[in-house]
Amino acid sequence: MNRNAATTAGRLATQALLIALAAIVLMPLVWLIAATTKGKNDQFHYTFFAPTLSGQNYVDLFHKTDVFQHNLLNSIFLASTTVIVQLFFSSLAGFALAKYNFKGKGPLTVLMLATLMIPGQLTMAPLFELLHWLGLVDSYLGLIIPGAVSVFGIFLFRQSILTIPDELLQAARIDGCSEFQIYRDIIMPVSRPMIGAFCLISFMGTWNSFLWPQIILHNRRLFTLPIALSQMIGVYNQEYGMLMAGTLISVLPVVILFLVLQKEFVAGLTAGAVKG
Amino acid sequence: MPSPMAGRPLQSAQAKIAIMNKPAPEKSNWFSVQHKIAPYLFIAPFLFIFLVFGCYPIVQSLRLSLYATNGPKSHVFVGLSNYRFLIGDSDFRTAVWNTLVYTFWSVFLQLPLALGLAMLLSQKWIKARGLLRMAFFSPNLMGQAFVAVLFGILYVPQYGLVNRALHPLLPKLVPLDTKWLQDANLVMPAIVLASLWMYVGFNMIYFLAALQAVDQELYEAARVDGANAWHQFLAVTVPGIKPVAVFVLVTATIGSFQLYELPYLMLNNTAGPKNAGLTIVMYLYQNGFVTGDLGLASAIGWSLALGVLVISLFQLRVTGAYKGEAA
Repeated sequence: MNRNAATTAGRLATQALLIALAAIVLMPLVWLIAATTKGKNDQFHYTFFAPTLSGQNYVDLFHKTDVFQHNLLNSIFLASTTVIVQLFFSSLAGFALAKYNFKGKGPLTVLMLATLMIPGQLTMAPLFELLHWLGLVDSYLGLIIPGAVSVFGIFLFRQSILTIPDELLQAARIDGCSEFQIYRDIIMPVSRPMIGAFCLISFMGTWNSFLWPQIILHNRRLFTLPIALSQMIGVYNQEYGMLMAGTLISVLPVVILFLVLQKEFVAGLTAGAVKG
Repeated sequence: MPSPMAGRPLQSAQAKIAIMNKPAPEKSNWFSVQHKIAPYLFIAPFLFIFLVFGCYPIVQSLRLSLYATNGPKSHVFVGLSNYRFLIGDSDFRTAVWNTLVYTFWSVFLQLPLALGLAMLLSQKWIKARGLLRMAFFSPNLMGQAFVAVLFGILYVPQYGLVNRALHPLLPKLVPLDTKWLQDANLVMPAIVLASLWMYVGFNMIYFLAALQAVDQELYEAARVDGANAWHQFLAVTVPGIKPVAVFVLVTATIGSFQLYELPYLMLNNTAGPKNAGLTIVMYLYQNGFVTGDLGLASAIGWSLALGVLVISLFQLRVTGAYKGEAA
């Protein structure tokens, strides 16, 4: 009896602790939403929501900056394009690594693993030089082309395609499928969960990337959201509500995508760590 | 790269090759040819971009680090003086020190918290586990740049949430006008706090997955043998989650070494008071792309890569992660 009571008390305390911690973690997000809804006169009076809601911060965001809508569309365009290109290259190369033997496969795999361990900042100076020479500085191609391949993505797809039985591919060949048809009609449909995970990871990576776009993009009409916000905090550093509105809008697309793909996401995130 | 994108041109390329190998134009011959060349075609688009934009710059950065440059055009060979300059430069030393301090807290504060949280959350009797897990993970949906903008304002004296929440709890220690980002001594704690908020839940996901894979019968067996909770942790949990824990340790360290957006944007596009928020990557950006010395930037890049390599190998050694494979 006594021990049961002690266990119950311990469990209740643990549950309460976790709920309290979760509340602390969520508090900045609630504060962020609240800050976007407070008018100038209310912002110092109320820590969270004020009794009257104001949309002024959102109006300011689009009117004062006059390019924020461009920045939003730029980010959406760039992240979507990069995801599609990366998805195509990564799944195709992952398929080749998983299901074929070809000359140089071993050395190529080692080379790919080696580049995974090298921090990306190492190559930024020579890559900038190369892109300058190709005339791709201050253009989206300077972001899309070097970002078109994801070694991480290739290994992700290789892992998941390895689990597809060879008999399935053989059967398709006997039915007269070409190798590309096998990729398109068998490998891709079967890999749907991995595609979901990869799309989200890749989208978040491009959406949030800051340093390389900061180096490559100079024209403010081309800026993506993180760069636009970094400019805004310099110019409007007293306009807290407006900056928070910009931050909230910048985060929403990722949240929506996450809610759609969250199941696949966790599976994909941990696949490499647990299996490898 | 226009052609292989759509899929159709690739098939037509296969068709062309089939026509070129005409001698026996039956299906079986075309079929075996396209089977043989398929992996090369599949890997080719990736390989081209990987070699040109991934591998070539790595080699080139080694060469470039031996030159003094002014923008992409003017190069003067200077041998090792970029590296010599770095060793003597006090700003670089500050950057390295700050990066190491941040990495230390990432490893010794962030990861134990993530593991602890995962162990509590993996108890089957906890209610609303999915919601709690989601709550802890949610900050990670914001990229580092956006977290930085948010925290830059959360730390604003009088106005921000941090002082308003901490002041009532610790009125003496945290006055309402505590200037987190203007006081050189408070900048690093402010960065670490923001990064805890962002990354504890992220690493927790890995530990949760690892804990789920531990065989529950081992705990049962340990209990039968009279092991208490701490002994169960050492004898069952630690060996069970070790591969994942080492993975998390190494990736968290590598990630910490590359710290940039969080301090840079939190500190309003600066390195903060007395360079208290200067990191190695920030130093690289300033020298390479603000001042325009791409040679020095390459030398900084190599210093960063070597630092990451040495620390990762040390961690793998100490944790004995490669013991099984070496034997």
